[in-house]
Amino acid sequence: MKFGVIVFPGSNCDHDAYHVVSKHVGQPVDFIWHKETDLSGYDAVIVPGGFSYGDYLRAGALASFSPVMSAVKNFAAEGKFVFGICNGFQILCESGLLPGALMRNAGLHFACKHVNIRIENQNTPYTNQLENGRVLSIPIAHAEGNYVCDDTTFNDLEENNQIVFRYCDENGESTPESNPNGARSNIAGICNLDRNVLGMMPHPERACEELLGSNDGRDIFRSLTHAIASNGSRH
Amino acid sequence: MKAKVYVTLKPSVLDPQGKAIHHSVELMGFEKIADVRQGKYFEIALDNSLSADEAQTAVERIAKDVLANPVIEDYRVEVVNG
Repeated sequence: MKFGVIVFPGSNCDHDAYHVVSKHVGQPVDFIWHKETDLSGYDAVIVPGGFSYGDYLRAGALASFSPVMSAVKNFAAEGKFVFGICNGFQILCESGLLPGALMRNAGLHFACKHVNIRIENQNTPYTNQLENGRVLSIPIAHAEGNYVCDDTTFNDLEENNQIVFRYCDENGESTPESNPNGARSNIAGICNLDRNVLGMMPHPERACEELLGSNDGRDIFRSLTHAIASNGSRH
Repeated sequence: MKAKVYVTLKPSVLDPQGKAIHHSVELMGFEKIADVRQGKYFEIALDNSLSADEAQTAVERIAKDVLANPVIEDYRVEVVNG
């Protein structure tokens, strides 16, 4: 089982993701520079948080044209796992791997705090060790996390159970107050139809140690590891 | 030859930055401003060997694929001489 963490100019959560995979997941992991075009040998790639290309033009827009993103698209088409966190989620939307877009937070402020998110679909490679309704405490740190999409896309997301995480309060209720950025229907994370590509604004890689206030993020990585292991056994 | 590209948020998309600008403008004492929407403007210099039609086609594609995100934004391209 091998992980890759993609590094763009301006990525800044690449080391956090690398640390979690090597220390808590306990699997081999490489940094992959954005000019790389060959992802053979990897089972999962993480598109990490940060400010790729300084967020120029739109958050994630320029990174989606990096050479590695063509390889990531092929990688995803092969059914391998692509996990976008924060800026990574923005990049996956910009590159068309996930529907919708992430806009400036409704309140305009950079939001940096622990939030609660509820598991909406336990049947994904990223949530198979969790159960629907479970509430995780995971930090966010973004200015552009306001998920938007048109009604058709939203209905498709709902119908196909592609909404994986929703912002909620500590009791698991999705309220306007528990929505930190104005995201449509409190959406915090979505997956593609095939479930192998997931993007989320909260940072599970920053919630894997009690010392950091929460280790709830570990279950997401544990799920992904489980999915890769069972994927491998099918081949 | 030059192309001007205007990228604006779709009317259905809320614009929190435009709202904040609107508020500041009101604080300056300007009245009777109904709304402010923020957009982006690009100037692209093109090789003069291109015809106006070729330039229009090329820049339309650049606008659609790079400068605007069609999920949330509209764009308008103007090709001008000089």
